[in-house]
Amino acid sequence: MKKLEVFDPAMCCSTGVCGVEVDPVLAQFSADLKWVEEHGVAVQRYNLGQQPQAFAAHPDVLKEMEAGMDRLPVIAVDGHIVSTGIYPSRQQLVQKLDIALISADKPRVKLGEATCSPTSGCC
Amino acid sequence: MPLPVTTTRYLFFTGKGGVGKTSLSCATGLALAEAGQQVLIVSTDPASNLDEVLSVPLSQTPTAVPGAPGLFALNIDPVASAHAYKERMVAPYRGILPAAAIQSMEEQFSGACTVEIAAFDEFSKLLGDPAATATFDHVIFDTAPTGHTLRLLTLPTAWNEFIGSATGGASCLGPLAGLEKQKALYAATVERLASPAQTSVILVSRPDVAALREAERTRAELSELGVSNLQLAINGLFAATASGDAIANAMAQRASGALVAMPGGLRALKRSTIPFLPLGTVGLDALRLMAHSEHIGSIGEQSDLPTTEVPEGLGPLIDTIAQAGHGVVMTMGKGGVGKTTVAAAVAVALARRGGQVILSTTDPAAHVSAALDGSVPGLRVTRIDPAAEVAQYTREVLEKAGKQLDAGGRAMLEEDLRSPCTEEIAVFRAFARTVDEGKNGFVVLDTAPTGHTILLLDAAEAYHREVSRTQGEMPESVRQLLPRLRDPNYTHVLIVTLPEATPVHEAQRLQSDLQRAGIPTFAWVINQSLLASGTQDPLLSQRGTYEIPFIREVADALASRCALIPWLAQAPVGVAGLAQLVDYPVKPPTDWQGGALHSTDTGGLR
Repeated sequence: MKKLEVFDPAMCCSTGVCGVEVDPVLAQFSADLKWVEEHGVAVQRYNLGQQPQAFAAHPDVLKEMEAGMDRLPVIAVDGHIVSTGIYPSRQQLVQKLDIALISADKPRVKLGEATCSPTSGCC
Repeated sequence: MPLPVTTTRYLFFTGKGGVGKTSLSCATGLALAEAGQQVLIVSTDPASNLDEVLSVPLSQTPTAVPGAPGLFALNIDPVASAHAYKERMVAPYRGILPAAAIQSMEEQFSGACTVEIAAFDEFSKLLGDPAATATFDHVIFDTAPTGHTLRLLTLPTAWNEFIGSATGGASCLGPLAGLEKQKALYAATVERLASPAQTSVILVSRPDVAALREAERTRAELSELGVSNLQLAINGLFAATASGDAIANAMAQRASGALVAMPGGLRALKRSTIPFLPLGTVGLDALRLMAHSEHIGSIGEQSDLPTTEVPEGLGPLIDTIAQAGHGVVMTMGKGGVGKTTVAAAVAVALARRGGQVILSTTDPAAHVSAALDGSVPGLRVTRIDPAAEVAQYTREVLEKAGKQLDAGGRAMLEEDLRSPCTEEIAVFRAFARTVDEGKNGFVVLDTAPTGHTILLLDAAEAYHREVSRTQGEMPESVRQLLPRLRDPNYTHVLIVTLPEATPVHEAQRLQSDLQRAGIPTFAWVINQSLLASGTQDPLLSQRGTYEIPFIREVADALASRCALIPWLAQAPVGVAGLAQLVDYPVKPPTDWQGGALHSTDTGGLR
């Protein structure tokens, strides 16, 4: 089972509604992580403000932070850093995680539910 | 029986600011302790004056009150709790994580949300966990002014519901993400609050219309929460005397008129009444008098009473403000000192001098302001309504951020928007927006009670730091907020106080808090002075004499500019009533009875 770890900058909550301005990228990213999880990936998310121990325990992440706080968020797959400084899109996550989009995914969209948008990565 | 009946283990005192919750909690606690009980008094007010009333420095752990065996007290200081929480979280990582990482962690713990949750956490420990207070027979909560109290009381329900309904797992629980673990404690807190065998809530009110209206609102809201063991305490009732004094008669008539018009819901409650005390309620001796008013000393000769020179009225201050042509005027101070009334008087006077004026209030019971809408050319009245602000903020966020999301992302965003933190953000943005309007004309704001105001300013500071490093989209009003509040040509802060111990000392703390935040105080306003009212009534004259050292302290030591408003026989309501506050000295109007029964907000006398 693949393991995806996200090291977030210090923030109140993962969608950012408590911040100065809501960032739609954060809300979408949270939803994408949930989707990735449904495809058999173990997802762990750490917030610097709440779980600093995870950052301290990961030498590579520490190194990134020493280079600059703008390196957060750091995304790691199976312990290896695959991206820094941005929240990847669902498609980028698919590539980095090498998720096979098996046909069984499609019926997940139930009748009557909102149709997929081109950016959602599910079509 | 002057003091409330105290059979339950937990007692809450709630009511509008300045009605005497702290004094009454202390007098009740003292009476219980002197009857041989072990009593703990707890204040949750961010600007607590428990120390002053009991004349002992307090901390976050129970401190014995000297001279009163069995009586203990503590302050839940939300800012200190938040600070302690921050230290617990951050300290172990100093030297392990880079300095920049430590700094960004610290900033995350500086928001109003952290403060709110940290305070609630302390409160829950005291109420939800019986072991924490096992050595006491009674635990008395002198709760903060009403709005905050209710939030504190509804929070267990709000958090419980929120934790229960959160499904995404990534929910916005803010800086206390480990909250789920506390769920049992919070559930116990709610249960204990609603249990009539364990908890009584005493609604404290002055005998005035506004305070009684607020008590009725609280009664209804508490009933909805399932809190049923309620009592009413009328504090500071001034009875008519035979002196024929215009001020005394107006005061007695205003009080009896308010009691006659008391809402039915309150009328049905068990009631206790504490008479008007001329010498304040600071110190144990004064507190004992609340329970035994028959010991109030007889009044001596009137002819040799001392007096003092008093500052002039609001007029000159308003002339100076008017010269700026635009900007923000904020009235600040403890609850019940008359911030709303002073704000309304300043707004009317500025409009009459030809300014375009917006009078904005955060007070949910601001009938004084509402009645002015459209009464003077150039004056507009608005209100910051938290519920409406939350609804608008939610709509805005979903429109702006939600449209690019798929169904899953949208659901997650909606869930996070139900977080109790959202209200803080929404109200804060409304505040920034209101301050922004001062660039085109005058905005006069009566701010929320002191504690909350400080939290708001803390939030402004925290936001300002965050804003400076955020590249993202940001309302210009938020970006400009703190620089504007610090600009003496843009913002004029008026600190309003009554001429007595607690409001003056609380205002003094407020002035230094503002100074620390880089916000200058323009002037002080001493409100409702009996000394300057012209009263000859023996009891009220005694009270007037008691005011002298406090008037001197403000005028000579604390304020760079100072105005004084006498206690007015005609209620300061409507354009004519408010004009009295500006055009001082005031001659007692001959038809004072006409205005007396229509009093809506003077905060009463303390």
